[in-house]
Amino acid sequence: MSADLLEKTEAGTSTSQVVGKSYKHDSAEKHVSGTATYIDDMIEPYGTLHVAPGYVLHEACGRLTTIDLSAVRAAPGVVAVLEAADIPGVNDCSPAMGDDPVFVSDRIAFHGQLVFLVVAESRLQARKAVQLARIEVEAETPLVSVADALKAEQKVLPDYEFRRGAPEATMERSAHTVKSSFALGGQEHFYLEGQMAFAVPGEDGDMLVHSSTQHPTEVQHTVAKVLGVDEAAVTVEVRRMGGAFGGKESQANQWAALAALAANATGRPCKCRLDRDDDMILTGKRHDFLVDVEAGCDAAGKIEAVQINLNSRCGHSADLSLGINDRAMFHADNSYFYPEVLIRSKRLKTNTVSNTAFRGFGGPQGMFAAERLMDAIAIKMGQDPLDVRKANFYREGENTTPYGQSVDEHDVLAALVDELEESSEYRVRRKAVDAFNAENTILKKGIALTPVKFGISFTLTHLNQAGALVHLYRDGSVHLNHGGTEMGQGLYQKVAQIAATEMGVRLEKVKITATNTSKVANTSPTAASSGTDLNGMAAAIACREIVGRLKTFVAQQFEVSEDDIELVDDQMLICGKQKLSIKELAQLAYEHRIHLSSSGFYKTPKIIWDRERVKGRPFLYFSYGASCSEVVIDTLTGEMKVERVDVLHDVGKSLNPALDIGQIEGGFVQGMGWLTTEELWFDDAGRLRTHAPSTYKIPTATDVPEIFNVALYESDGNPEPTIYRSKAVGEPPLMLPISVFCAINDAVASLNKGVLPTLDAPATPEAILKAVKAIKVGEEG
Amino acid sequence: MRTAIRFLRKGQIVELDRFEPTTTLLDYLRLSERSTGTKEGCGEGDCGACTIALGRLRDGKLIYEPVNSCILLLGQIDGCELVTVEDLEGPDGLHPVQKALVELHGSQCGFCTPGFVMNLFTLYHANTPGLTRQDVNTWIAGNLCRCTGYRPIVDAALEACRDGLNDVFAARAMETESKLAALQDAQDIHVGDDERFFFAPSSFQRLLETYGEHPEATLVSGSTDVGLWVTKHLRDLPKVIFLGRVNGLSTCYEDEQGIRLGAGASYAVAEQFLKSIDPDLEVVISRIGSKQVRASGTVGGNIANGSPIGDMPPMLIALGAEIELQSNRGRRTLPLESFFIDYGKQDIAENEVLTSISVPRLSADEQFRAYKITKRFDQDISAVMAAFCLTVKDGVVERARMAFGGVAGIPKRASSAEAALVGSSLEDPGSWQDALNAIESELVPLTDMRASSTYRRDIVRGLLEKALLEISASSSQKTRVHGQRELVEGGAHVS
Ligand SMILES: Cc1cc2nc3c(=O)[nH]c(=O)nc-3n(C[C@H](O)[C@H](O)[C@H](O)COP(=O)(O)OP(=O)(O)OC[C@H]3O[C@@H](n4cnc5c(N)ncnc54)[C@H](O)[C@@H]3O)c2cc1C
Ligand code: FES
Ligand code: FES
Repeated sequence: MSADLLEKTEAGTSTSQVVGKSYKHDSAEKHVSGTATYIDDMIEPYGTLHVAPGYVLHEACGRLTTIDLSAVRAAPGVVAVLEAADIPGVNDCSPAMGDDPVFVSDRIAFHGQLVFLVVAESRLQARKAVQLARIEVEAETPLVSVADALKAEQKVLPDYEFRRGAPEATMERSAHTVKSSFALGGQEHFYLEGQMAFAVPGEDGDMLVHSSTQHPTEVQHTVAKVLGVDEAAVTVEVRRMGGAFGGKESQANQWAALAALAANATGRPCKCRLDRDDDMILTGKRHDFLVDVEAGCDAAGKIEAVQINLNSRCGHSADLSLGINDRAMFHADNSYFYPEVLIRSKRLKTNTVSNTAFRGFGGPQGMFAAERLMDAIAIKMGQDPLDVRKANFYREGENTTPYGQSVDEHDVLAALVDELEESSEYRVRRKAVDAFNAENTILKKGIALTPVKFGISFTLTHLNQAGALVHLYRDGSVHLNHGGTEMGQGLYQKVAQIAATEMGVRLEKVKITATNTSKVANTSPTAASSGTDLNGMAAAIACREIVGRLKTFVAQQFEVSEDDIELVDDQMLICGKQKLSIKELAQLAYEHRIHLSSSGFYKTPKIIWDRERVKGRPFLYFSYGASCSEVVIDTLTGEMKVERVDVLHDVGKSLNPALDIGQIEGGFVQGMGWLTTEELWFDDAGRLRTHAPSTYKIPTATDVPEIFNVALYESDGNPEPTIYRSKAVGEPPLMLPISVFCAINDAVASLNKGVLPTLDAPATPEAILKAVKAIKVGEEG
Repeated sequence: MRTAIRFLRKGQIVELDRFEPTTTLLDYLRLSERSTGTKEGCGEGDCGACTIALGRLRDGKLIYEPVNSCILLLGQIDGCELVTVEDLEGPDGLHPVQKALVELHGSQCGFCTPGFVMNLFTLYHANTPGLTRQDVNTWIAGNLCRCTGYRPIVDAALEACRDGLNDVFAARAMETESKLAALQDAQDIHVGDDERFFFAPSSFQRLLETYGEHPEATLVSGSTDVGLWVTKHLRDLPKVIFLGRVNGLSTCYEDEQGIRLGAGASYAVAEQFLKSIDPDLEVVISRIGSKQVRASGTVGGNIANGSPIGDMPPMLIALGAEIELQSNRGRRTLPLESFFIDYGKQDIAENEVLTSISVPRLSADEQFRAYKITKRFDQDISAVMAAFCLTVKDGVVERARMAFGGVAGIPKRASSAEAALVGSSLEDPGSWQDALNAIESELVPLTDMRASSTYRRDIVRGLLEKALLEISASSSQKTRVHGQRELVEGGAHVS
């Protein structure tokens, strides 16, 4: 990312001096000096205790025949040991379905399901005491993989499908048909700050919980439910998270519940910070899938009919699997028009930890299926994959998705891809790749350019609402609060930029404050890329309310029209000349009993979704992007290197180009990890064995391509009336690196033209070598 | 004898005489000092969030190295300057690396950031002219960031390092050097009592005596293995004998025959000597663990832990290295290869200490190749580590040594393949087939989370083929996705 691009984008977007500028993250100085406070860094009140979770070490499922915790209770430093029977309220920490017990007492359904907790004077004592538990299990054979659950027909939720026309019949008449099946792995969030909660008991059964959560309201509900108290008795606060990525949406609940149960039982502040290995074993991941794709197309490679089966591993309970699998279906078209289509989804139940939200929320898996299909068509028909992709893009008259929403900005998609094709020199490099492959037998190169179209809005329509709370104090400073949480994405800063713009004050005047359920209530999770769209708008509405009151007041007081009043640069300009500093203004307004606080409330317009009838408009708009990747693989070892990546991404009118670029690059690298080095490996007993960074490998700096060009698409702005015509950017970039996978596939495919590689994701060296061996003998995927 | 450790912190000398033998440096910082700037991301040396800088004298000069405080034992920092993220801000505000990270948007959630700051602080002090992106990548490969995608962090590193050294630490380096020099003494350190202690002997004699008296004590060198027993397995190690202060145990030198590495030499130091044998040694060592792990971890520890997946043993075995062991009963030497008897079983007596490793140089007709195969390029334990040493005369293989890690319960030679290769012509790939087939059938590796048995077998064969292709130099084909080994006049190098 070059500096001049930032400037260019700024000049083009700036609706005021504050919005559209590349302000650094609000906590940047604190991050680098170690003074940004995460929950574990907070000063511990006197008497703070520590909680460690207890689970069965070796088995994944079966009846519990013995639970002997006497040695645990007797261990040094132990203050309390709590089990299911000790829960005063409801034994459940699920987001909705009531199927996630905090503790089990009769049988375990997956490896890592909790049986008890230990509260001790120190964290080490708690962890050591846990080891002394004697729990016996009548072990049963666990269902571990998608295939296991498919065979056993075990599901957490009913099947669901989108259908248009009769693709089965149409396909039979098509000139060409292609078919492919593949496995697509899950992904561990690996937020750098693990799950963490700190509960401080108050009077009357009140509980203040500091939780590293994307969903403070749900943590509040869970804690209230588990303790059997009113929601009003529980306050949840979160200033910042050390990363979340969806892993702290529903799955922060349990640790907050443990801390609160312990605090409630002991009357002392209690901390629950998971050890990294526990964190990885005990919390859910991105859903992994087995996918079948099949298409019929004409002689030019244009699709006539498509069938896609999306079978996912949900784990032992529903968690957020409904929305996640729906979103996989919503994105199984990616950018392509399927005239006739059948998309089927199975939500499978396994004896593994419940899989959960992860950046993209199922969308990446669906989109991956579409891209594998494009590659398969191209390979079978001997065409350049980019040509097949472009031939099938949504266009005028062919712009209705399988679920009925129309794709209005298809011209943006086409223009963006054309521009990237040019700027990345795709065609020239395609020739260079072919030439390299002709000369080399050990190393092979591949290249791919893939698009991203991602639907923005929660598909559970009621979640598309947000609140904010703004105070103007008498010294002219502004207190900003809203329901969105800060996990590194820069939401706080973006919303502060919006508030500063609306209030006409400098950014430094806006005080960013921790998300707190007692300030803004009934919030939605900070998820679905919607943080800025929703909370930014709510904050703007709150600010406009205050500014409106001030204008009305000043207009009356100075006998001028409201239209002649402007708030800018920390002052109110009256008729373009008379000036009142924000401080003077606030003081004056206060003295005239003007209300200087306001809440703001926003709900996304236009969206409506009838899930039963598969009808409506689930998304307000789509975010677009595309990337071109070039890789080299070693056909003797399967090793792979990404040599160059070019990205062009549409964020509408950027609110903060630097933060947006940060999301794009970070999302890209995270998605690249998902599809290459990050492998979740379960043993036959159903235990995750890659439960630490020593065995689970997220990208390091050396995995980032030496040439990594990232640019923002020059947009005319979001056609929908979003906050300053910006577009959401949190999740869409995660799907850009599908081009990395497709480039690897391209490299493998070069070994035997016309044969589909059997490449599964993640494309680890092992997976690549397996595909290389298979294609050499003509086996197809 | 001292009964306290001493180290330099914020210009002051700190003495600690009461701590558990296995208290980690990170717990000391966060729980005792309440300095919470340093974070715990994993507690096992793999994420770098807990990185701090240790200032040490090497050949009389002050150098800063990054270490993972989560697995370092507190007692190990005796005689060092301890620098944490809280210490960097000077009278002029943020440190250059902090400033660059802020200005170039190098932090998002910020949890990894203190670790990056401290690692970049050591990079800054390495003051390397002509620093490249790739140099920075290698330097920071032990720091995981899940948010940024690293690009802005690398930019910040290059930016901060561009103008040379100009910080408080550089300004007071002489003063620090003299303070550190004053902390160096020939005393043994004993913290604790006879039942629970951290003992750091200063001489071989005291080491061997004490280990003789307490054969059940745990020897600790870099603690990159032992640290995990403490933080992950929650093992109680009541008696710790730290090898880092033993005079001479880390000494390395080279002579006519080859290189002698003190068992206590860190990877960082050993690399400087070993790379003169063959460039592949440097390539592989630069991928063992991370900068942090290589600053603490030792070659001796890599051998003594008996692990079948350690990276050094296959290379050293292929090179024909010998080791020396000492105890209070005397010393003996043996070929490294025969040290490994079976999984979990080594030829080392209860109170013996590994003291040195002797590595012969390659002769003019010997060719060496080493390959580390991992899921992720950097900081990953090998699925297979392979090393080949072939004696070639007139294009014919006269002798072959091949050793592998990750294919058996111990680092293993492939004797049938070695035998099959003897007499093969480098020019004639057809003559390699027997060896390629032999190697596939003689090794029966395990399946685990790092790789399946099939894959391991496939790559063992693939790597032998690659080594032969490279050594025969039969074509100008590229053979490596990362860098390229080229034969140039005056010796080989890897670009
Ligand atoms: C994040 C991380 C990444 C790693 N990556 C790699 C890798 O890529 N490749 C690899 O091979 N290893 C890797 N390791 C393992 C580790 O770094 C090595 O095994 C290291 O060499 C051990 O040396 P140490 O000095 O730290 O040993 P310690 O932990 O101090 O000791 C290890 C064992 O050896 C014994 N011991 C140590 N020195 C002696 C001696 N002189 N005489 C007798 N016994 C002794 C100790 O008692 C103990 O049993 C990694 C470790 C970590 C934490
Ligand atoms: S906490 Fe991860 S390396 Fe120390
Ligand atoms: S900024 Fe979040 S992990 Fe690096």
